[in-house]
Amino acid sequence: MDTIVDTLKSKFPFVTPRPSHDQPAVNVPADHLREVAQVLRDDLGYDMLLDLCGVDWDQARPRFGVIYHFYHSGKKTYLRVATLAPDSAAPAVPSLADLWPAGDWHEREAYDMFGIHFEGHPNLTRILMWEGYPYHPLRKEFPLAGIETELPAADTAAATGAKVIAAPMMGGPFQAGTQEHHHMSDAEPRAGDQSWTESKPKPGQKG
Amino acid sequence: MPTSRTEFAYNSKVEGEVVVSQADAVINWVRSHSVWPMPMGLACCAIELMAAGGARFDISRFGMEVMRFSPRQSDCMIVAGTVTYKMAEVVRRIYEQMAAPKWVVAMGACASTGGMYRSYAVLQGVDRIVPVDIYISGCPPRPEALLDGMMLLQDKIRKEQSAYGLLTPRPREPSLVTGRP
Repeated sequence: MDTIVDTLKSKFPFVTPRPSHDQPAVNVPADHLREVAQVLRDDLGYDMLLDLCGVDWDQARPRFGVIYHFYHSGKKTYLRVATLAPDSAAPAVPSLADLWPAGDWHEREAYDMFGIHFEGHPNLTRILMWEGYPYHPLRKEFPLAGIETELPAADTAAATGAKVIAAPMMGGPFQAGTQEHHHMSDAEPRAGDQSWTESKPKPGQKG
Repeated sequence: MPTSRTEFAYNSKVEGEVVVSQADAVINWVRSHSVWPMPMGLACCAIELMAAGGARFDISRFGMEVMRFSPRQSDCMIVAGTVTYKMAEVVRRIYEQMAAPKWVVAMGACASTGGMYRSYAVLQGVDRIVPVDIYISGCPPRPEALLDGMMLLQDKIRKEQSAYGLLTPRPREPSLVTGRP
């Protein structure tokens, strides 16, 4: 099963095997990533980049990493490649967008959500949040509710006074019910704090 | 062989030549039965909105079947779905392009309050950027709920003072080009 891991280890001394429950996986240092990727694509037949995602390892140093999933469409096998961005303050890894065009948008997403810079990317701009948004929302220190900031459109903000606000969480993120429900309406998503609803009045309010 | 044609049209001999009513009543009657919606379909609520336009629920019974994808031809924006902060600008801009009189219906939990999306990316209620006339609960609301909301909107339109100020001359707004009235 791990023939691809052995092949890579024999070709590159810096590649180390990575514990995995499902598919072959290796660690590759960021400064050798393009070298390995080129061989994976041209010599070893991994012709698809299925996915890549940023990871925030929180307290660990280096803090940020990127995990790639490659697919060999001939052998129908997968390969997971993990790398770490050496600089935790300004994380950067080389871009693979020129080798697999699929990397283009995925790298933009990882940049948008984690602030990982992909060196050599042709158009490294935000893809989900708007240009000028000051945070990277999937970083560990970023609260789910968000942080108050300005709306992207200045004219809309001026006309309405609306801002990007920290969303009211009401006891946690909304979740669908898990227990047995007699009515469909009971299974609708609801907040963790249901101390007041349509049927239960607000504290201090007459029912 | 028929010698005379049966008259189906308006018969002035029966009805008289004058219909007495109030300008408000006439204008609101016309407006409330010809609400052309602007389908602002942003998420799964839009699927229910489409169902309301289909044969089973048939929103055309209320004169609302003419979904206009141009804001300049529509009267009522139905915000059907989750409005992200990135999309808020677009919703506001389309609302501004609609000609008065215009109404807004917030369809479903997301458009009304942000719904289950208590998140950094989602506008917590479309009423923060456009004035909403009717809120419809549900996640998503069934087509019946949408129709109920639209009938409420019709009731609201019928109570408006549409003729107020209609006959008094209004100062012309300055031209965008010359700046003169």
